[in-house]
Amino acid sequence: MGDHSADIDKHVRIYVVVFVSLMALTLITVAISYLRLPLPYAVAVALAVACTKGSLVACYFMHLISEKRLIFLVLALTVVLFLVLMLLPIMTVANRVQVP
Amino acid sequence: MEIPYVVHAREDTGLNNGKIGIWLFLASEVMLFGALFATYILLRVGAPTWPHGSSILNVPMATFNTAVLISSSVTMVMAWASVMRRRFTAYRLYMGATVLLGGVFLVVKYFEYSTKFHHELFPRTNTFLAIYFTLTGLHMLHVIGGMVVNAYFWGPGAKLYHQNPEWFANRIENCGLFWHFVDLVWIFLFPVLYLL
Repeated sequence: MGDHSADIDKHVRIYVVVFVSLMALTLITVAISYLRLPLPYAVAVALAVACTKGSLVACYFMHLISEKRLIFLVLALTVVLFLVLMLLPIMTVANRVQVP
Repeated sequence: MEIPYVVHAREDTGLNNGKIGIWLFLASEVMLFGALFATYILLRVGAPTWPHGSSILNVPMATFNTAVLISSSVTMVMAWASVMRRRFTAYRLYMGATVLLGGVFLVVKYFEYSTKFHHELFPRTNTFLAIYFTLTGLHMLHVIGGMVVNAYFWGPGAKLYHQNPEWFANRIENCGLFWHFVDLVWIFLFPVLYLL
């Protein structure tokens, strides 16, 4: 990222906006949980809000938005392996033999 | 012999040693928590019944802790920005606030845990509590680890600022990357355990 003083001032303003957004999204996700939506919808909404919050933290606080190519290559491999990890329980459940 | 690329980035990658090192470490951390999240999914879909998190856990307390960790992420990134602007006093304030907020998170967690134990709710009680204590316990260990490193750079480690501020800024950025990761994990733990 650009390390000049003016750049840093601009970043600080962005940090404040991200902070307010994260707080608002936290309240939204708690408020939605009180609606007691059917589980698939509740999971989808909760994960969508969590992914949005996570992206904000990763992009702005962790400076991923202006990171170098090598870091993205490391993260791309991590994402692939993470998805395999998440697929394992899903495939296990899909393969389950139904006992009458 | 002097170790190269400690302060300045390599020309080909644009990264210094610390930056690539911390990201590789965080990648391994993603897999550590990922394995536990996969375990949670497997346990949940395999269980005949699963309690709603809010029926056992304290949602207002966890919401407060989420706000605490998000605030600590902001103070952490402000500590780094203060070093970049060469404002040492502001750095000390923001880094001190980050450590304190980490402490607040742990105190709230202590009250949460002690209430559970008081009501005879232990990891052995049921599968939900087993995975709850495992995930939040591991996360708490990360908070403690981050606090120890941040406290070091608030205190004795801050001497480096006066000798080599650029190197110090790199170190604070790397501490920040770990601390934000801890925040990131909680952002997913909170809805998964408390709200679903």
